[in-house]
Amino acid sequence: MTEELLVVKNLKKYYPITGGVLGGEVGVVKAVDDVSFAVKRGETLGLVGESGCGKSTTGRSLLRLIEPTAGEITFDGVNVTALSTDEMRKMRRDMQIVFQDPFASLNPRHNIEKILEEPLVVHKIGTSSERKKRVQEMLEVVGLSSYHARRYPHQFSGGQRQRIGIARALMLNPKLIVADEPVSALDVSIQSQVLNLMQDLQKEMGLTYLFIAHDLSVVRHISDRVGVMYLGRIVELTTSGQLYSNPLHPYTKALLSAVPTPDPDDVRERVILQGDVPSPANPPSGCTFHTRCPHVTEECRSTRPAFQDVGDGHFVACHLYKQ
Amino acid sequence: MSDPVLQIENLQTHFFTDRGQIPAVDGVTITVNKGEVVGIVGESGCGKSVTSLSVMKLVPNPPGKIVGGTIKFKGEDLVTANEKRMRDIRGNEIAMIFQEPMTSLNPVFTIGNQIGEAIRLHTKASKKQSRDRAIDMLKKVGIPRAEAIVDEYPHQLSGGMRQRVMIAMAMACNPELLIADEPTTALDVTIQAQILDLMRQLNREAQTAILLITHDLGVVAEMCHRVVVMYAGNVIEEGDVRTILKKPKHPYTKGLLNSLPKLEESQERLYSIPGNVPIPGSLTVGCRFAPRCDQATDLCRSEMPQLKAVGDNHFSRCWLSE
Ligand SMILES: Nc1ncnc2c1ncn2[C@@H]1O[C@H](COP(=O)(O)OP(=O)(O)OP(=O)(O)O)[C@@H](O)[C@H]1O
Ligand SMILES: Nc1ncnc2c1ncn2[C@@H]1O[C@H](COP(=O)(O)OP(=O)(O)OP(=O)(O)O)[C@@H](O)[C@H]1O
Ligand SMILES: [Mg+2]
Ligand SMILES: [Mg+2]
Repeated sequence: MTEELLVVKNLKKYYPITGGVLGGEVGVVKAVDDVSFAVKRGETLGLVGESGCGKSTTGRSLLRLIEPTAGEITFDGVNVTALSTDEMRKMRRDMQIVFQDPFASLNPRHNIEKILEEPLVVHKIGTSSERKKRVQEMLEVVGLSSYHARRYPHQFSGGQRQRIGIARALMLNPKLIVADEPVSALDVSIQSQVLNLMQDLQKEMGLTYLFIAHDLSVVRHISDRVGVMYLGRIVELTTSGQLYSNPLHPYTKALLSAVPTPDPDDVRERVILQGDVPSPANPPSGCTFHTRCPHVTEECRSTRPAFQDVGDGHFVACHLYKQ
Repeated sequence: MSDPVLQIENLQTHFFTDRGQIPAVDGVTITVNKGEVVGIVGESGCGKSVTSLSVMKLVPNPPGKIVGGTIKFKGEDLVTANEKRMRDIRGNEIAMIFQEPMTSLNPVFTIGNQIGEAIRLHTKASKKQSRDRAIDMLKKVGIPRAEAIVDEYPHQLSGGMRQRVMIAMAMACNPELLIADEPTTALDVTIQAQILDLMRQLNREAQTAILLITHDLGVVAEMCHRVVVMYAGNVIEEGDVRTILKKPKHPYTKGLLNSLPKLEESQERLYSIPGNVPIPGSLTVGCRFAPRCDQATDLCRSEMPQLKAVGDNHFSRCWLSE
């Protein structure tokens, strides 16, 4: 067994832009543009970045819920990019996803028992009574009770729904959970309940998480290592301690300094970035951050910086740190 | 310092639904003085937006109705003001910014048209002059290519740019009070930083009072002089920003602050307030927070505490704070 559960190499996802009178392809949106990372068994890797930087596209591509344009994804020693649709479906027993609001995609006419049972039915696991027993167990694991099994999605609060989303992902006893903004829609008091639950489950069940969020404090709290994305690329990746105490990429620094902290005496120096994030349909040349970077040089405008280890597994893609 | 622009006193705004009467805002008192930034914080459904919509008299009626209390704007009672007077006030003396700027921008007029109109309402500027001023305003709020953007329509702009246009409009009419309801919640942190900066500028340069509604205690720390914490339709604690964030008295405020993951240090485990906010309209006796409070006593469960002074300009609605 290798230390790494998931290895992603040179992942790309380009969406065609169609237009013109003939509806032909007139360009591409480079939603994910050459991303590489690995997730170790039992760890939580966080992915942060601003809206549209490609976090969800990355997460979904890993499970091939959307087909990657290029790249290699190795999960538990198996190259999943080479699997047939049927083999991939079986593989997904071990890789599950939790969404921001899992109920947006669920049938409002099914009760919770039916919703939680469904993955077992799809994979033809257990008898009807065994499945019902598993549903009860999972409800208790996530802090709900069998009393909730007969209720319908709309009868739950946001925090309870997220518990159900997590329970559903856990039904098949997976190895990896991709959690795409699992707490972004929740109030802080409920957010902390769900984060604690996720940490407890990880310890008990030996889960590995890819945790996607745009809130840096949340990602720092839950993750062992964090990758920062900008315009379809990972610009920095290191341990969460290093990222916050010693950020290297100018974008990471700006992002960290922009987060308001609930301390009125906090007098950090603010780097306020000018302008908006450029469009991934027309990304800047060279380093895609060069249009907003306070340290931009000629080289940044023309040459894409390599994503390299600058020591102790601290990766950064920036010409300032060339070796 | 006591030069009140807005005085909300014992406001009660209820909704009359088939599930019964819902006391969404149930006796709220908030004062905003000239040049002051006052924050309202609290979890989803606690009545922040209904409070601000009540001030503007924009609560949908039916089902909503102000059933008690007074709202005074520079001494004038808004609860009894007629719709014509309210139309004069809205967007002029009191400007508003919402979470989703598209709700307040008109999709069929260009950006220049909309800012220009606000300018012409306040000065005797000609069409040409107000267009030039609109371009100046857009530049001031940091919009690139202002000369071109002025002729574009709202849907052609990003969320952050639209929010900047809203601020430009608010600046153009030089209001006494700006009500901002989650103005940066839908925006990324780097764009949020730009917008907060602009609001601070408006407050400092024009002495505009701001009532800022947010659920983000970080935004509160950065922007507000004073904070009002709401829970289930009530104000449960109020004080200056430093007191509320550093020495809160109410168990709910303490719980909220402890639930937050911290950026600067790692914590093993987060504190979490047990349970959920009460279902709106559910009958309660005693303190509304008692079912979730780990210090609740029999008194808390049987009698509702009043908002009482617990220090200098510091108020808490809790039997234990006394
Ligand atoms: N089906 C699609 N067709 C075309 N473009 C798409 C499609 N899905 C996503 N995109 C584009 O790809 C880019 C990355 O989107 P993605 O949803 O991965 O971002 P994200 O980082 O998850 O953002 P958010 O924080 O808003 O969820 C965006 O510019 C988006 O507009
Ligand atoms: N149109 C309506 N009909 C019935 N009840 C309503 C209506 N609008 C609001 N309410 C009630 O008023 C309460 C307060 O709502 P409000 O929008 O003020 O909450 P909020 O504090 O702004 O929450 P959020 O943080 O989610 O914006 C809600 O719990 C809701 O039950
Ligand atoms: Mg996403
Ligand atoms: Mg609201």
